Amino acid sequence: MTVESGAATTAAPASPVITSEALGREPAPDQPGGLVQLLTPEGERIEHPDYLLDLSADDIRSMYRDLVLVRTIDTVAIALQRQGELGIWASLLGQEAAQIGSGRALSPGDMVFPTYREHGVAWCRGIDPVKLLELYRGVSHGGWAPEEHKFHLYTIVIGAQTLHATGYAMGLQRDGAVGGEAAEAVIVYFGDGATSQGDVNEAFVWASVFNAPIVFFCQNNQWAISEPLEKQSRIPLYQRARGFGFPGLRVDGNDVLACYAVTQKAMQAAREGQGPTLIEAFTYRMGAHTTTDDPTRYRLASELEMWKLRDPIERVRAYLARTGQAEPEFFAEVDAEAKRVGARVREACRTMPDPPPLAIFDHVYAEPTAILRAEREQYAAYLDSFTEGAGR
Amino acid sequence: MTTLTLSRAINEGLRKALENDPKVLIMGEDVGKLGGVFRVTDGLQKDFGEARVIDTPLAESGIVGTAIGLALRGYRPVCEIQFDGFVFPAVDQIVSQLAKMRYRSRGQVSLPVVIRIPCGGGIGAVEHHSESPEILFAHTAGLRVVACADAADAFAMIQQSISSDDPVIFFEPKRRYWDKGEVDTVNGVAEALPLDRAKTVLEGTDVTLLTYGPLVRTGLESALAAREDGRSVEVVDLRSLSPLDMDAICASVRKTGRCVVAHEAPVYAGLGAEIAARVTEQCFYRLEAPVLRVGGFATPYPPSRLEEHYLPDLDRILDAVDRTFGY
Repeated sequence: MTVESGAATTAAPASPVITSEALGREPAPDQPGGLVQLLTPEGERIEHPDYLLDLSADDIRSMYRDLVLVRTIDTVAIALQRQGELGIWASLLGQEAAQIGSGRALSPGDMVFPTYREHGVAWCRGIDPVKLLELYRGVSHGGWAPEEHKFHLYTIVIGAQTLHATGYAMGLQRDGAVGGEAAEAVIVYFGDGATSQGDVNEAFVWASVFNAPIVFFCQNNQWAISEPLEKQSRIPLYQRARGFGFPGLRVDGNDVLACYAVTQKAMQAAREGQGPTLIEAFTYRMGAHTTTDDPTRYRLASELEMWKLRDPIERVRAYLARTGQAEPEFFAEVDAEAKRVGARVREACRTMPDPPPLAIFDHVYAEPTAILRAEREQYAAYLDSFTEGAGR
Repeated sequence: MTTLTLSRAINEGLRKALENDPKVLIMGEDVGKLGGVFRVTDGLQKDFGEARVIDTPLAESGIVGTAIGLALRGYRPVCEIQFDGFVFPAVDQIVSQLAKMRYRSRGQVSLPVVIRIPCGGGIGAVEHHSESPEILFAHTAGLRVVACADAADAFAMIQQSISSDDPVIFFEPKRRYWDKGEVDTVNGVAEALPLDRAKTVLEGTDVTLLTYGPLVRTGLESALAAREDGRSVEVVDLRSLSPLDMDAICASVRKTGRCVVAHEAPVYAGLGAEIAARVTEQCFYRLEAPVLRVGGFATPYPPSRLEEHYLPDLDRILDAVDRTFGY
């Protein structure tokens, strides 16, 4: 497939001094190694010879709806954390386009391996947002059926899931699920910080030498908690792929159309047996790392203001409105639906019961061991000693 | 019955598993063409192909991490970690992912992955090639930890581990790889003890010696030597280090009233400590002496010219046996 990596090598830093320019902190579409972009921040549709989109007005309206709904869910979740209903929340604010664009580009049979921030992709895979809140409320560590949704459980250890995804992709090869009509592929999500992890680099090696059907989707949101990209890399992240022997490209992560197009193409290549692709979705974490974080300690407000001008939702709204593909009634309907979804999520979270205490002992092994059974019985008796039946 | 070395018995067990279930895979460094540095996987790639017996890149976290992914897709990978001291790069994947996925998913995901680790010292090796890290895994809920000590068990236990729906850390006593034993390769699995059960390898009446892996043979030799002094030592091969077969352990200790635990791993915070605590709690009124432990010192594994001092041998085990009669 055609990618940007060849041209991009000329943009590698000649100077040992690390600069924002060298890392492409502010790349423009017309620069070598620049972004794949199909919709500008102003909502202008632009063409890219490698990514000809075939989307109807319905499709784009539906994308807009997804973007608004996942931002609403995110906003509600932050509020729920502030109200003490969630222990913590990892906001996706600013990354909606990267997640909805890539998530909607997947086929039903494709398998997704998320981090803990892929609420938008989860939405695309039909996971009830309330299930996500379970984890952040402390009611479960996950709890949805991964194979049913083809969406693995959230992985909290940074980068560990890239190896699981690669192994899963090797399984597809052994199942004969690469090439042909019913071909499947795997997409794995991770962030800019994760690219420093050994597991991610090992996953790159494995995927490359086994030619695994996998897309590495890196949301470069510029910040690994407080550490800027300069602390992780001296070259643009997508260029890393070249050293491992597969193509890498950079897409405007705030452009839902471009994220959709590049993901669709990379996944198709994987399904056809052309091996892995690294996609660097260039985006920005507009909120805190999690609700426990305080970004004012390490970054300038002006940076956030600049990225607000590149908002992933506003540009789609501007495009739909200006081209007459959506009427004011459509936007009002989406807003009303967002209110309803938000209210439902809020209510479901507030009324979510704690698991019974003895659930702590469930599902450690396929069958509980004698030692586990004994501990469970002892703890049940202990609880019963306070209140008859409390532990049962 | 067939006479096999312990390493050959594992090889035969792996071969049976590959034959019986097309989802079984072997993966690790040098396991294919070379047949493993100890030849445990010898000939398997030739007979089952590169898709099922996989020579992996040289990265232990990658081996276990991709094995987890293959298991998520329905495969039953058997990973080889080349030496005990090389497992540590994989510990994050083993402890944080492999052990916890069933719990995380509330029982919706099983990871039937086996991790084979040649363990223990006594082969005159350089650093990192003689360690006994079993307690790290025994301390991790969600893992089963087993150690084989003879060829018949090696043949059966590797197949039972592969059949298990729980992840299993499978320790192989590398200095016993060449020990021979009689193996029933036809009915050896069907008639085998369950994987989580201990085995009495020598009956006795005066003191219980609990051990596993490479020290089972040493323990037997100690018991035979003790017999000359008129002491009857019961030797129990624990086999399963997590979970412990406390029923078998306590039955033996209640009978003898004395207990010695021997392992190569450091005594400090080792498996012997857990056993001593549980035996004290469950057999308190039957004990004639405190539970004594024999094992490695609270040091890193020493250079090989010193390992005979570090490793519990017949005399150090007998010394502990003697001391239990001093109370």
